[in-house]
Amino acid sequence: MLSTIAKPFAALALAAALISIVLAALGASPLGVFAALGEGAFGNWYACADTIVKSTPLVFTGLAVALAFSGALWNIGADGQLTIGAIAAGAIGPHLGNFPHAIAIAIILAAGALGGAVWGAVAGWLRARRDVNEVISTIMLNFVAVQALSWVVHGPLMEPSRAYPTSSPIARAAQIEFYFAPSRINLGMILAVALAAACYLLLFRTGAGFELRAMGRNRRAATFFGIRIPALTLWVMALSGALAGLGGAVQISAISHRLYEKLSPGWGFEAIAVALVARLNPLGVIPAAILFGALDNGSQAMQRTQGISPELVQVIQGLVILIILAFDTPAWSGLREQIFGASGDAAAVPPVAEMPDA
Amino acid sequence: MLEALLTSTITMATPILLAALGELLVEESGVINIGIEGAMLAGAFAALTIAYFSGSTALGLVGAIAAGVAINAIFAMLVVNLAVNQVVTGTAVSILALGLTGVFYRKLFGVTGKAFMVAPIAKIPLGPLARIPLLGPVLFNHNALVYFTFILVPALWYVIARTRYGLRLRACGERPEAADALGLGVIAIRWQALMVSGALTGLAGAFLTLAYANTFVENISAGRGFVALSVVIVGRWNSWGLAAASVLFGAAMALQFGLQALGTVVPYQLFLALPYALTLVVLAGFGGQAAAPSALGEPYRRQ
Repeated sequence: MLSTIAKPFAALALAAALISIVLAALGASPLGVFAALGEGAFGNWYACADTIVKSTPLVFTGLAVALAFSGALWNIGADGQLTIGAIAAGAIGPHLGNFPHAIAIAIILAAGALGGAVWGAVAGWLRARRDVNEVISTIMLNFVAVQALSWVVHGPLMEPSRAYPTSSPIARAAQIEFYFAPSRINLGMILAVALAAACYLLLFRTGAGFELRAMGRNRRAATFFGIRIPALTLWVMALSGALAGLGGAVQISAISHRLYEKLSPGWGFEAIAVALVARLNPLGVIPAAILFGALDNGSQAMQRTQGISPELVQVIQGLVILIILAFDTPAWSGLREQIFGASGDAAAVPPVAEMPDA
Repeated sequence: MLEALLTSTITMATPILLAALGELLVEESGVINIGIEGAMLAGAFAALTIAYFSGSTALGLVGAIAAGVAINAIFAMLVVNLAVNQVVTGTAVSILALGLTGVFYRKLFGVTGKAFMVAPIAKIPLGPLARIPLLGPVLFNHNALVYFTFILVPALWYVIARTRYGLRLRACGERPEAADALGLGVIAIRWQALMVSGALTGLAGAFLTLAYANTFVENISAGRGFVALSVVIVGRWNSWGLAAASVLFGAAMALQFGLQALGTVVPYQLFLALPYALTLVVLAGFGGQAAAPSALGEPYRRQ
């Protein structure tokens, strides 16, 4: 029987097997490609550092998705929330020159969190008050955010020289410094780790976290339990958006220092894979994000030495999500019961009424 | 100018409407498939590759249908048989298709940046109708896929609203337990809807490569699958409504190109955001999903 810890690894192994088939179809050597991926991601100190840098936004969006999914709120909108957070940070960033360093950074991060929270809250409000499925609303909000970013960098926030569609650089005071020079590892990752711990405590050690998980297990039972579903929905979506928005602000403050079109290469969607590999556990989000950050980072070396385009990473992500879903399905549990008899695995989910009191 | 704009509106609306009609079938059966973007991409890629290497547009279309069906089969296996969460599966399918088409395109056509062009699918002017001023070129001088798509609007309306099969389909989307109790075979009906939808979505993708761009670029669907999802909502789950919404969004896309060329003060991004913003407004204004099938998105498992 697959334990909680073993499942993600089994899923990754099966994904690796399927990827090998795809690679064989392409006429490439699977071992060579995996070796190139690993070498590119962890081959030396610089590669490791770059992997950490590439993982950082994924921790933020991964936490955002994991938190919402825990409450069975299918937030597909982390990308849009991150984008709006980045726009807020990029808009306020150039005007923070007269503030002390710490204050300027606090302001730019707060702006990002607030921007993302607003974007998440729109979907939360629509769900709570207008019964609009958050899946649809967050997908729509993603596209609106992408167009908003395109508009601001071509229009109101375009830098004065107007040479490229980018915004003016943020003030030095608002830039997170490179603490581990010459690598670009920065305070952002430390903040991300702290937030992961905070999310873990929130989810598993507080009454609100219990209510959220109860809502995720069974909305109707949670209602009978006295949990105010609409208010909780609104708050969770706002908090989820704030986490993603913070990720956008960290990216602006620490790495890009300005806005440009197509800022996110799909961090909000990768976050779904990250959250599922982490089995929605905020602490698990960190290694899961590093895994996917490593894939992103290693894919460049893979392209250089093996001639496989970096989109292979998306194939891996898609397969990993599908395999994890297939492993987790209740139908499988039923099948396992038929084959092996009733197992502890299927009974691992206690009914809400038996959960410890909040 | 007006003629070009209106013709372009129909061209832009066609792939969106085709995919949206497929999605409508699926949603009537109680499944929400947000992986249409992936099926569309797979269709676009298969159509171009097969048409390029075989020199046959018809074979390209067949390939697109096969690719759309294959992608939807993966989706159906998970969400219909294994009762997995439809949203997350749909997202994963889209990511997977985006990756697979990207990887195989680079492998087949290299990274030279040279565009691999195919002959555009032939236009069929409809006799004297095509000679009517303005209306002729706008409505009656298109390829077979355009005519097929617009004929599908009344045909699908009839099937869903007036036939026994349509009734069964809708029963699966409204009350799967009751439908199952009546012996309707929810699993089989949902599979059928997803397979037909896969074929239509694959063809929608083929339209992008064979009729519109005449080549393939990565992520050529560029969110059109999600516009199709919007079209189903804005069109209120009615194929006539879907046609109207598709034409509206097609016009927004056509206008956006016109505006970019003209360089007006109206930001073209406004038109690109229109389908999505309008969907939000419609959903908020009409009180959520009153018109949606009530079991939409809920996996069905026999007890």
